[in-house]
Amino acid sequence: MEAEAAKFIGAGLACFGMAGAAIGVANIFSNFLSGALRNPAAAPGQFSNLIFGFAVTEALGIFSFLVALLLLFVV
Amino acid sequence: MADPNVVDPIHQFAITDIFAFGDSGLGITNASLFMILTTGLIAVYLILSTQRRSLVPNRLQLVSEMAYEFVAGMVTDSAGKEGMKFFPFVFSLFMFVLVANMFGMIPVFFTVTSHIIVTFALALLVFVVVVVYGFMRNGPKFLKLFVPSGVPGYILPLVAVIEVISFLSRPISLSVRLFANILAGHITLKVFAGFVVTMGSLGFLGWLGALLPLALTVGITALEFLVAALQAYVFALLTSMYLNDAIHPSH
Repeated sequence: MEAEAAKFIGAGLACFGMAGAAIGVANIFSNFLSGALRNPAAAPGQFSNLIFGFAVTEALGIFSFLVALLLLFVV
Repeated sequence: MADPNVVDPIHQFAITDIFAFGDSGLGITNASLFMILTTGLIAVYLILSTQRRSLVPNRLQLVSEMAYEFVAGMVTDSAGKEGMKFFPFVFSLFMFVLVANMFGMIPVFFTVTSHIIVTFALALLVFVVVVVYGFMRNGPKFLKLFVPSGVPGYILPLVAVIEVISFLSRPISLSVRLFANILAGHITLKVFAGFVVTMGSLGFLGWLGALLPLALTVGITALEFLVAALQAYVFALLTSMYLNDAIHPSH
């Protein structure tokens, strides 16, 4: 197999990692929503925790996207 | 030269010399120019807007005060009153990353934070400050950070090793988070904009079809503005949390 073909296959495989990150991000927001609907008064206080948790989890999905980009454009 | 018929999203990240002193490596590149512009804009705006120090702030001073309050609240929430010692550090990091990201959203400008060396330098600075201050303030008790309370004795060595590894991965995750978010966003923008041009070259039907990638590009640009601000906030917030570990090392 040529290196070019292997690069494209690798880039495609790397995108599977984003599935886990997507589930993680959805988890965070769904838990925040269910908590906020039970206790709306406490929701604004936790908003910054929400944004922080979202950013840290999305980072892992971006890491996998980065691997795909590295394979396509840098290697 | 890049083939003009193929979308090339990587060329925008090339560092070019604007003013070089021969082969010495010194001089002004586009990256350093934009870092100078970022710092200059922040300094000039903050100094000029707060020059009058009016008790009831005018609009410009209000923006500076909002930025101050925002970062001060974040530092105090994460690191406590003693954390305010590091307020200038965290504020500088926050403003630099925010303005550098925003500069990158302007079409021709160069995005400084899309280079791993820039974000790694910032993250390494944070890490060194945390470790040095942690040992300065707490002495050897700083190592209690790696020994969480309530762990049974037989599993303690394993937990300590895992804690050390996750501590050492902090500068890497901090830098790669910012770098990968900004890099991926800009590459995506370039690729989708390339789709618009590619479809537009197909004649009249192509122009109609190019409306879809155009709408997507507009949406992704909006998302990138959000990501630029969010990543600055997350960088500063994580810095405050790591500083809290240095000031109060316990789990």
